[in-house]
Amino acid sequence: MARTAAIEVTEGNPVKALQEFFRTLLERGKIEALLVARHLPVRNAVMPTLVTDPQQLAGADPLAPVFPINAAKVVSRLTRKPFEGRVAVVLRPCEIRAFIELVKLKQGRREQLIIIGMDCLGAYGNVDYLRFAAAAGDGSSATLDFIRNALEGRGTAFEDFDITTACKACEHFVAESADLSFELLGATLGEGLPLQANTPLGEALLGELGLASTREPAGRKEAVLDLLAQRTAYRDRMFAETAAATSDLDKLMSYLGHCVNCYNCRVACPVCYCRECVFTTDVFDHEPAQFLRWARKKGALKMPTDTVFYHLTRLAHMSTACVGCGQCSNACPNHVPVMELFRTIAAGTQRAFDYEAGRSVEEEPPLSTFREKEFFEVTGGKD
Amino acid sequence: MGEFEPTIIAFVCNWCTYTAADLAGTSRLIQPPNVRMIRMMCTGMVDPKYVIKALLEGADAVLVSGCHPGDCHYINGNLKARRRIKLLKEILPKFGFDERRLKMTWIGASEGIDFAETIRELVAEVKALGPNQARRQMVI
Repeated sequence: MARTAAIEVTEGNPVKALQEFFRTLLERGKIEALLVARHLPVRNAVMPTLVTDPQQLAGADPLAPVFPINAAKVVSRLTRKPFEGRVAVVLRPCEIRAFIELVKLKQGRREQLIIIGMDCLGAYGNVDYLRFAAAAGDGSSATLDFIRNALEGRGTAFEDFDITTACKACEHFVAESADLSFELLGATLGEGLPLQANTPLGEALLGELGLASTREPAGRKEAVLDLLAQRTAYRDRMFAETAAATSDLDKLMSYLGHCVNCYNCRVACPVCYCRECVFTTDVFDHEPAQFLRWARKKGALKMPTDTVFYHLTRLAHMSTACVGCGQCSNACPNHVPVMELFRTIAAGTQRAFDYEAGRSVEEEPPLSTFREKEFFEVTGGKD
Repeated sequence: MGEFEPTIIAFVCNWCTYTAADLAGTSRLIQPPNVRMIRMMCTGMVDPKYVIKALLEGADAVLVSGCHPGDCHYINGNLKARRRIKLLKEILPKFGFDERRLKMTWIGASEGIDFAETIRELVAEVKALGPNQARRQMVI
């Protein structure tokens, strides 16, 4: 039975409670540093920040409804090689799942980390968040408004926008793989914020800190199931609409028609694992004469070339690792619904290999392994 | 207009299917001339993007053919290739590419007759399917 502790919440402000908990971890020497989303001195900018001085935790705000980047990428850099001591990282569930994929690809190590997660209520797109925060006055008030609205049933929509499509379609909003996770759903904040240990490491830490055990809040199960039902229904509608919008090459081309080959989606993607992407190598520095030959073949050649080719190749390379965080769409300057396409195809490729990205470090990535006897249908039933 | 003549790109393994193709040729087996062969050192080095590129450039079908399981010169490249083709067969049909336009076979070095027959069957099948959608239009 997983152990749950209650963290005291004062003035109905769960962000302050989180900051206090992080301060305890640092001051009692449980960790060397903490990586956490934090308000920067720059107006309304929230970015992952590596904090060592407890005084600097004042702006820490992992519940801010924005994540400008998927922090799995910075955790991957942080854990590339062994270092002194232990670091806690506070991540959203999709960031944890992306990091698990990177660990399996040997681009990150879990050994010296304490992963702290939370129930994720979703996030606004980067640009939308700026408007949301500006309307609330400052970043901290914006976070509190958002959490109260979401938890008290008023929803997350604001003016003409809502949390991202990726978040609305996300069924993995509980941080199951974290060592410790803050359980916002179903909690009565006046009675404390439940902190659950999901791993032996997390349980040991709760013990060391001498936090009193508590029961899971009575309304939690129902709150989780409700949100899950909403999210899955939205996701399945999105799958059906996207599949219909891309069901042949004509439709796919019109779907991707505004892509300018900037490759922002690939840069923002936490699981696009190649150190150097083939699409920026000289493989694609075609000879001028080659462009002319291609143009002559059909009479016209759209430039830059290889737009559909790029997206299909990326689908083949990383869709089995796609965690659906939506940073691809967040980074797209031309509002191409990249996440919708990638999640829709990823659902199929992951099902084909009976795999779920980010579920477990034990599951081998489908294209890093093989069996002698499998998939006979590929070669027409012959082995 | 004459009958539709498909263009088929075949990625074949140097150690088995390429040798089988050679054998089919030197044995004077009759085969339709629709296949453009690309000799690879192993089907395990056929990156999915080669297949995608061929189909987007207007190839009517792609054949990937390597050694029988257990016979791979590099021990298991063919088994890795099988997973990649499995992946492509999951992705490409979602965008309207008929699954039959991507074929994978195991043809050993001594199986020239098998090779010729595979080519004859594939060409007939693709003729029946008609031209690939990318052949007709400018692909962006």
